[in-house]
Amino acid sequence: MSGLDGRILPHYQPYASWREGRSTEYFVQKRNEADAMFRRAGITFAVYGEESGTERLIPFDLVPRILPTAEWELLARGLVQRVGALNRFLHDIYHDQAILNEGIVPPRKVLENAQYRPEMRGLAVPGEVYAHIAGIDIVRAGPGEFYVLEDNLRVPSGVSYMLENRKVMMRLLPELFALYPVEPIEHYPDLLLDTLHQVAPGGVNEPTVVLLTPGHYNSAYFEHTFLAQQMGIDLVEGQDLFVRDDTVYMRTTRGPQRVDVIYRRVDDDFLDPQVFRPDSSLGVPGLFSAYRAGRVTLANAIGTGVADDKSMYLHVPDMIRFYLDEEPILNNVPTYQLRRRDDLKYVLDHLEELVVKEVHGAGGYGMLIGPAATQAEREEFRARIVASPEKYIAQPTLSLSTCPTFVESGIAPRHIDLRPFVLSGRGIRMVPGGLTRVALREGSLVVNSSQGGGTKDTWVLEA
Amino acid sequence: MLARTANDLFWMARQVERAENMARLLDVTYRMSLLPYEIKEPGEKWAEPWAVPLITTGLANAYSERYPGVSAENVMRFMVLDPENPSSIYSTLRAARENGRAQRGTYGIEMWESLNATWLEMRSLTFEVIQRRGMSEFFDWVKERSHLFRGVTFGTMLRDEGYSFIRLGTFFERADNTARILDVKYHTLLPSIEDVGGAVDYYQWSALLRSVSAFTAYRKVYSDLITPFRVAELLILRDNMPRSLHACMNDIYDILKSISGGQRLEPERLAGEIHAQVHYGQTEKIIEFGLHEWLMHFVEQLGRLNEEINRHFLVPVYN
Repeated sequence: MSGLDGRILPHYQPYASWREGRSTEYFVQKRNEADAMFRRAGITFAVYGEESGTERLIPFDLVPRILPTAEWELLARGLVQRVGALNRFLHDIYHDQAILNEGIVPPRKVLENAQYRPEMRGLAVPGEVYAHIAGIDIVRAGPGEFYVLEDNLRVPSGVSYMLENRKVMMRLLPELFALYPVEPIEHYPDLLLDTLHQVAPGGVNEPTVVLLTPGHYNSAYFEHTFLAQQMGIDLVEGQDLFVRDDTVYMRTTRGPQRVDVIYRRVDDDFLDPQVFRPDSSLGVPGLFSAYRAGRVTLANAIGTGVADDKSMYLHVPDMIRFYLDEEPILNNVPTYQLRRRDDLKYVLDHLEELVVKEVHGAGGYGMLIGPAATQAEREEFRARIVASPEKYIAQPTLSLSTCPTFVESGIAPRHIDLRPFVLSGRGIRMVPGGLTRVALREGSLVVNSSQGGGTKDTWVLEA
Repeated sequence: MLARTANDLFWMARQVERAENMARLLDVTYRMSLLPYEIKEPGEKWAEPWAVPLITTGLANAYSERYPGVSAENVMRFMVLDPENPSSIYSTLRAARENGRAQRGTYGIEMWESLNATWLEMRSLTFEVIQRRGMSEFFDWVKERSHLFRGVTFGTMLRDEGYSFIRLGTFFERADNTARILDVKYHTLLPSIEDVGGAVDYYQWSALLRSVSAFTAYRKVYSDLITPFRVAELLILRDNMPRSLHACMNDIYDILKSISGGQRLEPERLAGEIHAQVHYGQTEKIIEFGLHEWLMHFVEQLGRLNEEINRHFLVPVYN
């Protein structure tokens, strides 16, 4: 909200004036109303490791995160560029492997990666699109200065919170929308459904699209039901589908019905027990065979995880240059590879300044935030790094953007990031905005909901 | 529609209806227990009013494994709040909400909010709180939540297949409940149909009528003494009595006809066959056949119908 000189940024000025006239009690009351709305609507998530069936609210913050038009346009261009290159990369590594043959990316890092799926070699997917839905985590370090923290190309979640946050904001504080020309985002489900239609198998005119969920014990189950409802498609579990003659059917009250496109929110490993994990009961036996025969589209495709792996992250700028012949618009955060001896030494010498992450970790688990950790925590992590350095990368803590946030002591700055959702079908599109996550603990940089993060409504201003 | 979706919706509605029926049954039992009553034959445990809910639901054995002796408080705890008892109001509302949660994408937000709010409130209650507020208050609340949910469904839901399966679940559970209540009362309280009279009988029968919201209807229809013969007629054959077997079968048959979509499937045929028995049946013939025998036959047929519905729509097996 404030620039480096402490002055309120112009695009937060109307909000600041509006806020001045209102008491803390007003915001407490509004926040309670918001909580009640989320709880009544059952917008909750399950936390792994807690008693099964436990549902928690993700804290919602009433102060919107505002992005001026010009900044969003730059960010959007950068996202289209990045996701375009990532899809080209995925197609390449499962076909000609030009980027490996030319030595841009070390072949070993791709081909020996656990997320690389040899089963996908030579398999044609409609439109050569692999990551139909991508969630790219972004932090802003200054005006027009965006860094990508992470690409999420498997089953990125959070878009339902983006949509629900807007709904709650409009209901609780409608007068704010009179002060700001906010770009609408409510058409996301339409864009998503349209994207899924675009990638249907060839020859299918009116594709039947379903959303495949692991079931209601999954932490993102609310989102699965929400999106299925918004798109008007069936929410299926593995047991609802079966494969006959390389065709996928769902069991309906009127007999078997063919399924053409599966928006799957089940990980690769669990999709087909005949090909991947044999103990999976979440998947559909024979699904991969139907997929290989081109009789069904999976979104996202199988094997996208190799491109969002943290060890592949540092090659994305080179992918952009290689496939698009362009300079990257979005920056990568400088990343140390701990399997390199020099990097390892530097990191071990500077643990108190760095963030160390597991290469295959997700959800904010298994990471060390150097500046916030205690000496003991750093020493414990040091031992883990030394034991298997190849499992870790490290990054400097950026001077991340903060945003005013409603906390116990009033309104105070907290660190935020942004996850826009990028859709790839015949073209690459997105709604203006994304999910802003906020670290509610003072000084904390961890925004994951499983680690005490909250969310905000994100406003891109109309030009 | 997806078979599992239809199954969840069917059971969501059945569980809500079951919670309501349980509340009705416990409510009249509670009111009855406030009246002086005589044990007709000493040692005849059926005459203990608090045993009735256990017999109706077939849970007497499960109860006796967990609680010592039949007492008002224990039966209430078992039937209202016990999470281990699948028929307790707590468990049925939880199950309704779980079924509903699995399919919340298929119906409107208002239905979900009604279902979810009911469960959240139920979950927060303890026996002490319910007692303090009053047992009847609580039962009224359960009935109101059921009415509300049915009303929201009726008033907002698209008339699609999902709606049909929800209604089917409601009427199925209701028919089953009415048949069981009638059977237990008849079987346990009045071995002989001529055995009419006495204050206890009056209260027992009026309680039965109240438990299916039929007391006022009885007065309106017959303007006369309560007799078992007429109670049977009202609750089995009267098709303008919404909880009668005839009324339920009207709806079940119509719904199955529309779901079958002209395919003449077995569920439709069987529902038609059961429907004919209540549509063309006569009270005298039913009594002659033996009310208990007739009702058990009816419940068995419902069970068979449920199996056919499963086989064709809810849990289909191919290959």
